[in-house]
Order: sequence, then structure tokens, then C-alpha cells
Amino acid sequence: MLLTADIDRKFEGGPRVEASLRIASGASVTILFGASGAGKTTVLRCIAGLERLTAGRIVFNGETWADTKTGINLAPQKRPVGFLFQDYALFPHLRVSENIGYGVWRLPEAERTARINKVAGMLQIDNLLARRPSELSGGEQQRVALARALAREPRMLLLDEPLSALDAPTRERVRSELAQLLRKLHTPVIVVTHDWVDALTLGDEMVVMSGGKVLQTGPPHVVFTQPQHTEVAAAVGVETVVAGRIKRRESGLAVLQVGATELSAADPGGAQENFYVCIRGEDVTLETGRAGQSSARNHLRGVVADVVPAGVLTKVIVDVGFILTALVTRQAISDLGLARGIEVYAVFKGSAVHLFPQP
Amino acid sequence: MNWQAFVLTLELALTTSIVLIVIALPLGYWLAFSKWKWKFLAEAVFALPLVLPPTVLGFYVLVALGPRSPVGRWYESIFGSRLVFTFEGLVAASVMYSLPFAVQPIVAAFGSVDRKFIEASWLLGVSDWKTFWRVIVPLSWAGIVTGVVLSFAHTLGEFGVVLMVGGGIPGVTQTVSIDIYDKVQSLDFSGAAVTSAVLLITSFVILSIVYGLNRKVWFFAADRRH
Repeated sequence: MLLTADIDRKFEGGPRVEASLRIASGASVTILFGASGAGKTTVLRCIAGLERLTAGRIVFNGETWADTKTGINLAPQKRPVGFLFQDYALFPHLRVSENIGYGVWRLPEAERTARINKVAGMLQIDNLLARRPSELSGGEQQRVALARALAREPRMLLLDEPLSALDAPTRERVRSELAQLLRKLHTPVIVVTHDWVDALTLGDEMVVMSGGKVLQTGPPHVVFTQPQHTEVAAAVGVETVVAGRIKRRESGLAVLQVGATELSAADPGGAQENFYVCIRGEDVTLETGRAGQSSARNHLRGVVADVVPAGVLTKVIVDVGFILTALVTRQAISDLGLARGIEVYAVFKGSAVHLFPQP
Repeated sequence: MNWQAFVLTLELALTTSIVLIVIALPLGYWLAFSKWKWKFLAEAVFALPLVLPPTVLGFYVLVALGPRSPVGRWYESIFGSRLVFTFEGLVAASVMYSLPFAVQPIVAAFGSVDRKFIEASWLLGVSDWKTFWRVIVPLSWAGIVTGVVLSFAHTLGEFGVVLMVGGGIPGVTQTVSIDIYDKVQSLDFSGAAVTSAVLLITSFVILSIVYGLNRKVWFFAADRRH
């Protein structure tokens, strides 16, 4: 076992986080997933030594980092982790090269410079070394902060919401760069995120938290397709996750075989053919007659299998050759007369279809 | 213009500022970061010189440093001279009198350093001590300079404490403010006017530097340009 963490952290007059975490020695990227307030950042801070355990213990590779029974509590300085803060926390008074070299100041000058150049090269930030953090874009700041954490050659990386400080277009690009980097590193990583796209893109293993507790663990695609709690299903927030295979690619679109149906999505590129197809319920529109021309790529005919109230919205489960969930208002249910057995068209854009490679 | 008093005052203010920076950095660190329950009592004690009449403070300093007090006797046995009515005694009194002016801006600056920078430093393997010098002090730079400059300016203008502890001996303990008082007492109004104007202008320049520093008019602006 690489990491055994039994964490119990009570905050005075506040919430309590009680979570057990096991990371096997082979695992590379573990996702700590949950809404804000779920306690995932607290777990990460306890592992890093920034929070003291109220009770419990943390053992890394046979080394005890914290144990309330024996009173052991290693200072953060003594734990060989690399930590990435949500907003990166680059030292504003130091240049990029000084930020990267900050944690390796004990090395002789030549070695330190070599180390800085090595991680800067790996993260392709060689050209930024003389800048100040205030002169960097969000994506550049993230890479500098990663370089700073990696320069110490940590034995585990802890990333706290690594993408949430970025604007949406940058986030897409940085996410795939980060995924590639984490694959290359051979260092175990724990990533805290509330974004299901992050979880599916980056994670090998996934831990779902809610209300300070761990609800489910497993590979991300299993957690998403087979949530064991309604809370997990609500937390992961994606209503449809099904397996699909790319049949053909044409002008930037990929046509996938999903169950008995075909649907179109943006071509993810690469040679991979087998994907998980994820569609959020909010993105699906239901129509009772065959609609005229529309920009949406997918018009799938199906039969309503069930209508389930879900808070202010209602879930309509439609069999379109696979099981597709749509989220619509109650008004729409009565206007369209939606009920079990009714024939409908499910309409959604190609861009609403998210594809994740099947491992 | 009594240049002897003017030079003496500058010497006193400079020495006081240097002593204060040595005291105020660790004290400010403790006041900013300690989680001790009774810390507010210490905060009140170190703020006392702001509200006490200088004569009250001067009286206690005079008694505490006098030849009959343990401190006074200890000092006399080591240095062979007395603290009261000497320049050294004046420095000791000024340090106490100007302490809040040095400490409070430094505490405010330390307290406003974002905690994530301190935690980031720890997680890069850097000790509390080194984090203090490599992160907290550089990020509190404007506050530290403000504290030093304010305590310098405050010492320039002190009167009551200096009179009580120093006694106004020309060349030894007679500062500018006492010189002005002596001039007025002897009805030398034109002499008092010149010296007062010099003190007024000096204080104005110093305060302008402090406020300019905190608006980042000069120093940080140069940083952003490249």
C-alpha cells in the first residue's frame, strides 16, 4: 500500500471530515471528487501536514507521517510531497526561476540551475524564467507552480483543484496537457476536483466524497456508470454514461455506434475507437413530432421508459437504442404529455456529447 | 539655529530606529502569528505608549533606570556610569516611547501576508525561520519601512519623555524640541520659529515618504515596468 490515510478532522463549531483513503502502490492518479464543502481539500491538507488530525493516522510507504495514538505528526517540511495550490500561490516577489528553485536552495548553484532548467524544459516554460508571476497567464502560472513542486522531486504530488482558476477555453487545453504530463511522471498523484470532466480525463482511480465522508471508490468510469448511492449519482451529475465505438469520422465529426443507435460527436482525434459516451441531462431536448431542420446533430427516436421527479426538474428516461436521460421542466412534461410508452425524439448537439477513451 | 541639538536629535532618532527594528521584527512576528489566548493583554501593553502622557512614561522610565533601581544598578556596575541624564538612557526611553509606532505597521503587514504563501514555503521544505526571511519579510517590506520611518519621525519630535529622563543637558540630552522650549522660555521667539520650521519640514518630508511608499508610487512601480 502506497498511502493509508484514516483521517478524522473536527473543526471547532464547524464540519467534521472523517475519511479513509487507500492508495495502492501501482496507482498513478487518484481523483478526490466532490462538491465544494465535501471535505476533499481538508483530506489533501491533512496528508500534506497543513492540518493536524483530530484522530487517525497517515502512513506513506511504511513511513508514519501522522498518528494521534503515538503523537507522531511530521511537519509539512518533512513530508516529501509536491503541493499545487488552487490559485498556484506563486511568490509574487520572486521571478519564475527563483520560484522554481525556491525549494532546492540547499543544492549547489550549478546543480540548482540544472534542476531548474530540467523541470522548466519538461513543462516548456524555458522562455518564462526571467518573468514575474504577475506577468504570466493562468495556464503559465499553473505550469510554473507544477515545476516548482516537481523541482524537489517529490514522492507524491497533491493537486488542489488544479484547473478551477482557469477560464473555460484555457482549461480545456491545460487539462489535456496535464493529463499527458501526469502519465509521463511515474509519481503518484492525488487530484482534488469537483469537475467530472477532470475526473474522467485525469483519473485512474476515484474517491467520491460528500458531507465529509467517502461514499464510493473505484475507477472513474465505473463510478460514473454504476453509482452506488443516489448521492454519488447526484454528485457526479452526469445522467448518461454508455460505451460506444467510433464507426467513421467525417469532417471533424465522429459517428459512433452506441447500443442499437448511431450518434454524432466532435471527433476526439487519435486512433482510439472505444469510448465512454457522456451526455448531461440538461443538454437533451425532447420533441414529440419530427422536428424540422435544426443545428443539433442528433435526433434520436425513442420511447419514454420512465418519468422520475428530480427536484425542480423531472428526469425523463428514454430508450433510444440505449438508455438516455433528459432533464426537463414539469411544464414541459404536461405540455408534451410525456408518460411511459410515449414516442419522442431526443435532440442534442454533437458538442453536448463528451467522449472519454475506454481504458 | 542650535545645530548641536539638531545633530543630537538625529543621532537619537537613528539609534532608536535601529534598536527598534531589531526588537519589532521578532515581536511583530509573535503578535501577528501567535495563537496564545492572552495575547490581547500583550497587545494592550505594547500599545500603552500611544495613550499614556509622556510624563507618566518618563516618570516610570526615570524610576526604573535610576541609580536605586535594579536595572540602574546593574547598568552602573557594568558600564561604570548612570543611565539617567545620559544619551544611552535617552535611547532606552525613546525605544519604549516609539515602540508602538514601529510594531503596529509591522504587525499589520505580517498579518496581511496571504497564508498560502507561508504554507507553500513549508511544503517546499523551508523552515519557519527561513520562511520568515524569504517570504514574510519581503512581502511585508512596505510595512517594515513604514514602522522604521514612523518611529524615527516620532523620536524626532518627542518632548515629555526626553525632558523627564534626559533633563535637557546641552550636547548630551538636549534635543530640538527641548531647545525650542528653552528658546520660548527665554523669549527668543525668532530662534524658536526657525527651529520649529526645520522640524516641521523634516517631519512633513518623512511622512510623505511613508504615504508614498504605501501607495507604491516609486518602488513597486519600477518593478512593473519591464
